Amino acid sequence: MKRIKKFKNVEELKKAIEQQEAARQQEKKKRVIVVSSGTCGQARGSLKVIEALKKALREEGLKDQVAIRITGCHGFCEAEPNLIIYPDRIFYQKLTPPDVRTIVKETLVEGRVVEKFLHRDPLTKERAWYENEIPFYQKQKRIVLGDNVFVDPTSLLEYLAIGGFRPFIKVLTRMKPEEIIQTVKQSGLRGRGGAGFPTGLKWEATRRAPGDIKYIICNGDEGDPGAYMDRSVLEGNPYRVLEGMMIGALAIGAREGYLYVRDEYPLAVRHVTLALEQLYKAGLLGEKILGTDFSLDLHLAKGAGAFVCGEETALIASIEGRVGEPRQRPPFPAQKGLWRKPTCINNVETWANIPLIMLNGADWFSSIGTSGSKGTKIFSLVGKINNTGLVEVPMGITLREIIYDIGGGIPEGKAFKAVQTGGPSGGCLPASMLDQIIDYESLTAAGSIMGSGGMIVMDEKTCMVDVAKYFLNFLRDESCGKCISCREGTQRMWEIVRDITEGLGQPGDLELLEELALATKEASMCGLGQTAANPVLSTLRYFRDEYEAHIYEKRCPAGVCKNLIRYAVIPEKCTGCEACKRACPTGAIQGTRKDVHLILYDKCIKCGACLEACRFEAIEAQREEAITIVREVKP
Amino acid sequence: MSVHQTINLDSLQEIVERHGYNKNKLIAILQDIQAVYHYLPAEALKTLSKLLKIPLIDIISVATFYRAFSLTPKGRHVATVCMGTACHVRGAPKILEEFERQLNIRRGETTEDGEWSLETVACLGCCAIGPVVVVDGDYHAHTSIRKVPTILGRYRK
Repeated sequence: MKRIKKFKNVEELKKAIEQQEAARQQEKKKRVIVVSSGTCGQARGSLKVIEALKKALREEGLKDQVAIRITGCHGFCEAEPNLIIYPDRIFYQKLTPPDVRTIVKETLVEGRVVEKFLHRDPLTKERAWYENEIPFYQKQKRIVLGDNVFVDPTSLLEYLAIGGFRPFIKVLTRMKPEEIIQTVKQSGLRGRGGAGFPTGLKWEATRRAPGDIKYIICNGDEGDPGAYMDRSVLEGNPYRVLEGMMIGALAIGAREGYLYVRDEYPLAVRHVTLALEQLYKAGLLGEKILGTDFSLDLHLAKGAGAFVCGEETALIASIEGRVGEPRQRPPFPAQKGLWRKPTCINNVETWANIPLIMLNGADWFSSIGTSGSKGTKIFSLVGKINNTGLVEVPMGITLREIIYDIGGGIPEGKAFKAVQTGGPSGGCLPASMLDQIIDYESLTAAGSIMGSGGMIVMDEKTCMVDVAKYFLNFLRDESCGKCISCREGTQRMWEIVRDITEGLGQPGDLELLEELALATKEASMCGLGQTAANPVLSTLRYFRDEYEAHIYEKRCPAGVCKNLIRYAVIPEKCTGCEACKRACPTGAIQGTRKDVHLILYDKCIKCGACLEACRFEAIEAQREEAITIVREVKP
Repeated sequence: MSVHQTINLDSLQEIVERHGYNKNKLIAILQDIQAVYHYLPAEALKTLSKLLKIPLIDIISVATFYRAFSLTPKGRHVATVCMGTACHVRGAPKILEEFERQLNIRRGETTEDGEWSLETVACLGCCAIGPVVVVDGDYHAHTSIRKVPTILGRYRK
């Protein structure tokens, strides 16, 4: 890594940016191979791919002609590990170390594209040669995530090469704090962490709050299961978030700030730590930044695994070293936050938008999106979907466009059932809502929320009662216990839904659930409790028939709830291949080769291993006929 | 658990010093202690209470509130099954059950020989490659019930 020297003034920083930009122009003349290596990429073997790539380039004598750039995640997680060869932008995916050797020989030496490593569209089956031809990327508008491809997140100089810190220089030398805040207000940027509060108003309130000492915080406690865009931004472009915070500190008048990052994100923690070190070395953090009167200290605080700490007052308590329990608002953090001083707390994605708005102007930003929701939003498109990954789309796009055009539809030709948005505070939207446009207001009206941007797709094999049970279990576990309505409400709702999935549901349960949901919502203090009922209410609203099938017919239509199903072999489809027999951990499957197999119900523990092993769809979850469930008294 | 680690008071002192004896850094201090011992030994917490001059009960309250902390020793290997929504709809509960069956312990427990601890996590944020299981820091993507014995085998001697 190149040594970083301290920039004494704005001119020196400007010069360094120009130098790096020029070097980047030079680099464009040669081939650059960009390897995606975020957490997902590394989990799929990107580090071995990089090693193999370096070795192959050495062996072919291409070491000096071809540059490698190791970057964070490009968003297309399904295709990991992948690489892009610039300048052509040839996109190769799902690579192993031997594949890389082939690519170096074929593409770099011989100049041929290796078809089998190209992306193949799950719907049209067509192969895309270039990154920009891949349908997954075509409908996206990647203003925040797009630069992940161009920067090595461990290097400040790489960030300068894409014009990094030009926005900071602009606000430092040419804008008054009020002007910065005015620009943020005009842009229409709203908080990307969930509630969607206008960012500019928050900044203004913190600036106007009396007192000399003020703090800024970056909320990177991305706790919603199924959402990971903040991880990707922190891992792949940490400097952009930090630059956003520096601009925020200038505008608000803060001299100190914290980045609160989940402990479950080791790579993000590492990259942020490195970035902070380099910024201090470069004189972009600390006392008298670039020789001006502006000083700023930023620290990293690691979370310790508590979902409720995503709530701003709980997060502040956690930074102060206390138990992460939320407190009553007002006073809002903008009035009394960290150490009881005015504090501005924004989400990772929100901070990452700031440099872009400062550089391109409020009008540019507000030209994207709908009347009430401006800019883009990153969603994590996961679950039962072909193209899983992070998608950044303009506000106002429809669910259908995201799920079918970008996501490539549902795997194995199954039918779409629902999409869950907004994490445990959100809800499940059915197929009839597919043409719903996405912005803060319309999602709320539909009974869900924007939330941090998780988008979990569910197909016909997903049981909606089970999904509600899952979220309630999560929430009763994560409820801090301060408000009785939330602590007991989530617990009781979970017990009722659990009983329903176990075949113990009774007439009147659904009405009781609705009553409890309302009480939990009305009487809880923080966002966790106030929204805890959403997963239940939204599934009840759109999938009441599934609840009723569980209660009145003791039947799980999706074939998920263990007590209500049993696995059986479909004789017409069974080829007698013995795959299920080998997979069964309890020896519950009988049958000889080429004969139809049989499942012994007294031995079967319903683990589903046979279903997973069968390649002929010859095993199905049938309705458990002999249900003799007696409602037991549970402790 | 058969292994009893003795608490090295010097290293504890060093951790507290690094954080400037700052009570507000309690969570970070506990994280550093756990990084050394893989759990929070009672003896270390008692000493910490004296060093930081805060009541032991306040330390315990923080240590038990946050999921990342453990007051009991962990096994030599730790398998963590991700229970995030995306992993859930792709079968994470069944994978957890298979781990429980193979290791003969429930989630949150450690095997008697001290070899394995089985943990769950709310979400690891690599939802695209779910169901995900992390063993000793290695991520295993797209796991299935049938892959569980293979994954365990890789860490068994």
